[in-house]
Amino acid sequence: MADLPLAMLAELTHRCPLACPYCSNPQELTGRDAELSTAQWADIFRQAADLGVLQLHLSGGEPASRRDLLELVTAAREAGLYTNLITSGIGLTPARLEALDAAGLDHIQLSVQGVRAELADRIGGYAGGFDRKMHVADHIARLGFPLTLNAVMHRENLDDLPATLDMALRLGARRIEIACVQFQGWALANRAALQPSRDQVARAKELVRAASARLKGQLVIDFVPPDYYSDFPKACMNGWGSTGLNIAPDGTVLPCHAAQTIPHLTFENATARPLAEIWHDSAAFNAYRGTDWLPELCQSCDRRDVDFGGCRCQAMAVLGDPGAPDPVCRKSPGRAVLDDLLSQETVDIAPPDFVYRR
Amino acid sequence: MTPEDIPVLPRGVRCGDDRVRGLRVLLGPERVLMLDQIGDAVLRRVNGTDTIRTISEDLARTFCAPRAQVEADVIEYLADLAEKRMVERANG
Ligand code: SF4
Ligand code: SF4
Repeated sequence: MADLPLAMLAELTHRCPLACPYCSNPQELTGRDAELSTAQWADIFRQAADLGVLQLHLSGGEPASRRDLLELVTAAREAGLYTNLITSGIGLTPARLEALDAAGLDHIQLSVQGVRAELADRIGGYAGGFDRKMHVADHIARLGFPLTLNAVMHRENLDDLPATLDMALRLGARRIEIACVQFQGWALANRAALQPSRDQVARAKELVRAASARLKGQLVIDFVPPDYYSDFPKACMNGWGSTGLNIAPDGTVLPCHAAQTIPHLTFENATARPLAEIWHDSAAFNAYRGTDWLPELCQSCDRRDVDFGGCRCQAMAVLGDPGAPDPVCRKSPGRAVLDDLLSQETVDIAPPDFVYRR
Repeated sequence: MTPEDIPVLPRGVRCGDDRVRGLRVLLGPERVLMLDQIGDAVLRRVNGTDTIRTISEDLARTFCAPRAQVEADVIEYLADLAEKRMVERANG
């Protein structure tokens, strides 16, 4: 019997006022007409809690683009879930924040596109976005919401890391997530423009190490280094179908947010089949669950139960083979393909223009 | 953390029942900690009013354990959670 999930990410909508080129949403976005209703989401939250989910992440797109966000948070708390809102802040008026506070929202994760208005608004593709976000951050602080700052770092802003940490302190965040862009969804279309250089990454790692020691007990720093410069893959989702699941805006149940890039899998919808059955019995969740399916290279490797062969979607994106070891792995034949990409894309010429998420 | 400190769970951190797995858990931003009997006993006494000394005396009585030892363990446990910002000191 499979483990039970601890966390669920609900992509309430793909709508978003911003257009970040690193967005992890699929390149084919789901329209408003196909989105689930309030009652359908509430039912899924209850089913998730019954299945063992403890933490719910409300995400998107921009979750505040849903007019029923308050009702959804209320339903999530009634289901007994620890409820986290992952937002760009755009669309969260003071009145809405107060209502979310009263409804018991546990935590807010605010994404920042940059520490300077000029860069942030160019990345987000939204003029004036930075200033609005700073106003929202003030209201969040005034209401006393626990706050995590979510900074996606890439070639253009990795050198702003010290200023990003300062911003987290200034906004009273307890935690900052410094995630180097992961190449899924729209980010894949912008890989050459976003990929940091090896030197940038080395400097960032050193900075994070020093800052973590200096800010101990004040600011928790979670750093996600860029995959391509690592020697071994990450345990994507802690193992396929082991601890988490994602719900797409139309109710499609996914083992991870990029799983739909794997063409041979078919995914079921939470409006058509109970969530527990999809988790335990569906072909997509069982396809890469556990370690039995892993190729020989991984079967005989001492990291087999550490990384479970890494990310399926990355193997798909880089090698076209979702059953291969993650090409980040130095021991795998796929690594040569990844190294080729790296050397082609990080040469010292001007990066290509962004392809904005629209 | 010292015996005179008053620990408190900050907003956004709370204990709860994991009714599906039959466990007590401590929930915080991006964190789920499964609590053993001791952890649960400590955190049930963290109320933002009692000092670590008071909490330790109560635990020592309840579990018939030497107070000094209990106090050292409680401090270690709560200091570790404080580093993760899942516990704060109510006395500043
Ligand atoms: S990454 Fe940017 S575009 Fe994508 S959902 Fe978040 S704020 Fe919107
Ligand atoms: S061989 Fe497989 S299990 Fe071993 S490190 Fe590489 S991807 Fe992970």
